[in-house]
Amino acid sequence: MIKVRNLIKRYGPKTVLKDLNFDVKQGEFVALLGPNGAGKTTLLRVLSSLSRPARGEVQIAGFQLPGQASQVRDRLGVLSHQPLLYGDLTAEENLWFFGRMYDIDHLHDRSSQVLELVGLSKRRKDLVRTFSRGMQQRLAIGRAVLHQPQVMLFDEPHTGLDQDACAMLDAIMREIANQGRTVVMTSHDLSRAADLATRFDVISRGKIVASGTKSELGVGNLLQFYRDSLSEVRAE
Amino acid sequence: MTLRKYWKALWAVVWKDLAAELRSRELLSSMLVFALLVILIFNFALELNIQAQKAVTAGVLWVTFAFAGTLGLNRSMASEKDRGCLDGLLLAPVDRSAIYFGKVIANLMFMLIVEAIVLPVYAFLYQVNLFNPGLLLVIVLGSIGYAVVGTLLAAMAVQVRTRDILLPILLFPLVVPLLIAAVKASNGYLQGFALPEILPWLNLILVYDVIFIAIAFMTFDFIVEE
Amino acid sequence: MNTDKPRLLTFLDVLSGMLLTSAVLMVFLYAPVERTMGAVQKVFYFHVSTAWVGMLGFLAAAVVGVLYLTTRKIKWDLAGYAAVEISLVFFLIAIISGSIWARPTWNTWWTWDPRLTTAAIVELIYAAYLLLRAGVDDPARRARFSAVYAVFGFFSVPLTFIAIRLLRTIHPVVMGGSNPGGEGSFSMVAPMKQTFFFSLFAFSVIFIDLFWHRIRLEKVTSKIEELRIQLMD
Repeated sequence: MIKVRNLIKRYGPKTVLKDLNFDVKQGEFVALLGPNGAGKTTLLRVLSSLSRPARGEVQIAGFQLPGQASQVRDRLGVLSHQPLLYGDLTAEENLWFFGRMYDIDHLHDRSSQVLELVGLSKRRKDLVRTFSRGMQQRLAIGRAVLHQPQVMLFDEPHTGLDQDACAMLDAIMREIANQGRTVVMTSHDLSRAADLATRFDVISRGKIVASGTKSELGVGNLLQFYRDSLSEVRAE
Repeated sequence: MTLRKYWKALWAVVWKDLAAELRSRELLSSMLVFALLVILIFNFALELNIQAQKAVTAGVLWVTFAFAGTLGLNRSMASEKDRGCLDGLLLAPVDRSAIYFGKVIANLMFMLIVEAIVLPVYAFLYQVNLFNPGLLLVIVLGSIGYAVVGTLLAAMAVQVRTRDILLPILLFPLVVPLLIAAVKASNGYLQGFALPEILPWLNLILVYDVIFIAIAFMTFDFIVEE
Repeated sequence: MNTDKPRLLTFLDVLSGMLLTSAVLMVFLYAPVERTMGAVQKVFYFHVSTAWVGMLGFLAAAVVGVLYLTTRKIKWDLAGYAAVEISLVFFLIAIISGSIWARPTWNTWWTWDPRLTTAAIVELIYAAYLLLRAGVDDPARRARFSAVYAVFGFFSVPLTFIAIRLLRTIHPVVMGGSNPGGEGSFSMVAPMKQTFFFSLFAFSVIFIDLFWHRIRLEKVTSKIEELRIQLMD
């Protein structure tokens, strides 16, 4: 589903992603872990087509970036730590707007369905400005799945949420993932990642330094795995 | 990318801006208050008698529109950038120019609404008849050019550190020919000049509009990409 | 990167110095004093040369802007930046020398005629360009924005000129006078023509010399920045 080869991304003189390779098979839920500044968000921005690679090959669902960006975006759903919603519109208006941008059929029905999925049906006519952060994230994830994307990208989705909100968000994410979607999620929160993901990749200094599936590692060993991969890098 | 999808996305952006503005009325009220303040200041600054008044009406109106317009452009783009909504727009599977033109049309409508309110107020304050179809035509055409260039530069300015002061600095030198032509043409209609005298100015406005729509269409992508 | 100063550049420095000196000598010693305006007319040689070269600098900035957008090679951005910076100064010289000329000729330091006003506006576009660059940290984005603004600026200038020209004019049209109403026109005898073209040539060479220096300066600065970041990692 996702294929990245020799990806290089620079911000001025600083090279943030150095010759990065990354593969995700369909249906996998990959948790991308790593310290600050490692390049997690940058990689996700490149995958979401918001950022152009300086060099390298990026292919999603069989389409190349940046050349076939439009087709990629059609199949991509993105959740960022910013909700990307319009505060002065109601919940359903936000969904209608994005639905029009994605040219979705039977928009009103689909919107109702999504609002149901994220548990916001009762607040559909309320302005997003009045929502708590947790509710905004739930609506945001609703917006992300509105057009039935095959691939989902989550960039530190739990940022700023309390325990209850996190739990609600996780439930929704699980349901979405179980429908056969491919997911890449960056996270600082190892326990949540351990719960949701089927695979764990560690990124450091612009490269993927370790990768392991849940079955290989066993849930309890994740922290150790993470620490080990990073200390190997420091030792270099 | 079919025409239908493009069109749908474009008008979705327009609808979104108008709907959001209708709720908060932040943009329109600030533009309006600012415009009226400018007119008031001109009154004190220029201290004109009725005769001199006629000669400067066109100029005063256009300066007012230009300044109020800048306010609107800034706010309209800032609201996208601040909550990261611009990313949301850029993720949509449509050509970026649809977003651009949608924004232009929305900004244009805001300008026209403010102008539609300022005109009667000015007419009332200075006992001048401004319901002149020629004048209205010039105002529409001039506002189009202003919105076209302004929206693109606002998209640039909003991504820069010095965001607020930068837009007027970038915009005004480029918009000079448009303003000159608009003032001259407006004045021509107000003073009842013959059409052949006004025509060169109208032509200039049209040429300006067409050239910059074309350039903006070709360069907008470069402004929003990363 | 080899930071030694290329021999050609040193040669160009010397050449520029020589040309400038020669031009000044020609202007003051060789070209005859003009009948009606007197000695102040000699400012004309500097005024028009710098204005012309400055204008070409603007064209260059727009062209390399397009080149950058199509090729994404940072060297084009460097070229555009250098061109605008230097043109800003050249235009300033043109405006000031124009002012010096205007005072005794028309008894005013400034006139709102098409050329001078357009020059002032172009100067403001240059300044806006530099302010734009100052506010963007990411080099790739800075290059893109600068390129787009240069293109916009370039297309607005002829329209500005036409608009103001339709308005008024008292600026002398020295060559191919299409405006008989312009005061202060004068026709040029041969030595004047020679001096003029020589000054034009001299200033063009000076422009290229400064341009080259500026690009080298920028390249070295970037390299230092790069090394500093590598050291920090």
